[in-house]
Amino acid sequence: MNLLGLYHYWVFAVLLMIGFYAVVAKTNLIKKLIGLSIFQAAVFLLYITMGKISGGTAPILQKGVPDAIFSNPLPQVLILTAIVVGISTTALGLGIVVRIKEEYGSIDEQDIQETDRQ
Amino acid sequence: MTALDAHLPALQVVVPLLIAPLVTLLRPRGLAWAAATATSLLTFLISLTLAAGALAGEIQGYQLGGWPGPYGIELNVNSFGALLLLVLTGGSTFALLAGKASLDQQIEPGRQPLFLSAWLLVLAGLSGILVSADAFNIFVFMEISSLASYVLVGGGPDRRALPAVFKYLMMGTIGATFYLIGVGLVYMMTGTLNLADIQVRIQDVTDLRPVLVAAGFITVGLGLKAAVFPLHVWLPNAYTFTPHAGTVFLAACATKVSLYVLLSFDFVVFQQNLVGHEAQFAAFLMPLAVMGILVASAVALFESNLKRLLAFSSVAQVGYMLLGASTVSLLGLTGGLAHMFNHALAKGALFLAVMCLAMRFPSLELDDLAGAAKRMPWTMTAFVIGGLSLIGVPGTAGFISKWYLISASMELGGAGWLLVAVIVLGSLMAVAYIWRVVEAVWFRQPGPEQADIREAPVLMLIVTWLAALCNIYFGLAPSLQIKLATDGARMLLGGLP
Repeated sequence: MNLLGLYHYWVFAVLLMIGFYAVVAKTNLIKKLIGLSIFQAAVFLLYITMGKISGGTAPILQKGVPDAIFSNPLPQVLILTAIVVGISTTALGLGIVVRIKEEYGSIDEQDIQETDRQ
Repeated sequence: MTALDAHLPALQVVVPLLIAPLVTLLRPRGLAWAAATATSLLTFLISLTLAAGALAGEIQGYQLGGWPGPYGIELNVNSFGALLLLVLTGGSTFALLAGKASLDQQIEPGRQPLFLSAWLLVLAGLSGILVSADAFNIFVFMEISSLASYVLVGGGPDRRALPAVFKYLMMGTIGATFYLIGVGLVYMMTGTLNLADIQVRIQDVTDLRPVLVAAGFITVGLGLKAAVFPLHVWLPNAYTFTPHAGTVFLAACATKVSLYVLLSFDFVVFQQNLVGHEAQFAAFLMPLAVMGILVASAVALFESNLKRLLAFSSVAQVGYMLLGASTVSLLGLTGGLAHMFNHALAKGALFLAVMCLAMRFPSLELDDLAGAAKRMPWTMTAFVIGGLSLIGVPGTAGFISKWYLISASMELGGAGWLLVAVIVLGSLMAVAYIWRVVEAVWFRQPGPEQADIREAPVLMLIVTWLAALCNIYFGLAPSLQIKLATDGARMLLGGLP
């Protein structure tokens, strides 16, 4: 097994865990959202990676090049949709954080919990 | 009509999706509500027609733009999907019909069109999941419905809804992203996203390890969305602080649709092709289901807020549905699927009654509701009927599915008796926590401040009673949900859509 040969997937896994760590461990809501974005970006990379073939080009038929190798364009199209979803999620999340700041005067999870307990 | 019939699977999604942005423009008072209710009623009629088709044994497929699968995008309504479409659109219609006064009370007129628009988007997204036959489309619809439901949850006047919805957003997004990873891995190995095509092509895959990893990601991701114990922590607060009408809608259907995806994916794609996956599925989910039933019911026993009590009970009910599925038998799956329908009826009626109560009582703490039944006897009688159905008393809908679940457990032999014990114990705890409410509202003396409290508005009360009577009707004549659930279970086990 050539473990380092699969370095794209290592990048995916490491990024995924960095994002996940931020979501779980940080108490600042903005930092949590940043973690969530990294988490999603890692998955985008997984999709992009799997469509790529070494030496492959864009899937366009060209005259005089009958046996060109094409990369699979579909994952990129899929991930375009997923990116849109990710942006909407982040935007909505930030909107909620703004409202939380207005209502609680803080964006730290512990402060909010303490305010609610009172 | 027949020309239109062929397009119903698509219309189920398109109608609410198109009307949602229009609703935001309907500023005059009450107009947005009327439009949203009419739309919801229309989708209910569509789903009734689809369910009639599914009962007749038709497979109602649809090719978007006339492109045949696996290259085009396909829609497909099977019996399981039709059953949940009924629950979904019915729940939405009941909640909207009853909810006018409650929405007026909780949401200022200026924001109502936006709230109702988000409501229709939830409806469109969840219907999309149920009709879609494409793994990636399911993801997109899941995100449409989730993003809109965050708006529903956060739309109320209580500021505690905001941290709750933030937590829901975090966990929901992680769940959906896990699902996306799983779909990516399956796509990597099979090169297709069409569920029917995945089933065919996966048979040629030699290295099944990525598919197994995909099964793990998809199960955990959807478990998060479906509030499977111990991934349920977002649910109690989200349900508690959602505007009351929204709670009726979300509690009746949101988690069940995620369970639909989990079960269809796991049974149809993975169990047919991964050796021994049924055993892994059962061994992983059965303990979670049992723990969910026991722990969540126990928490409900000590909960003092009425809405949160019912929310914890919902977590326990997800456990019953999963318990049925994790027996991997026809009887168990039928019970699990039928329980989705029956629980929606019971919890729908209960939350409708809670909405009636909330019209007159500012606080839903049990202590503040003491003696409420003296002032609102109709509401509380409907609550009791819903409660009996939740417990599973014979003659109500809840009894039917619990009977199936117990029969399925007994089929398993030795260990099955433990499951029977769990189901009975869970039901006993349900008796206890419903009794706590009954004791508070019927048998305690009302305080002097309740002197001018009247019954809830008539329309709200009528719809609540309709839901309560449905519990009795479907308990005495359960052929509809049992037929659809049996067909759905057979499809899941047979692997053919």
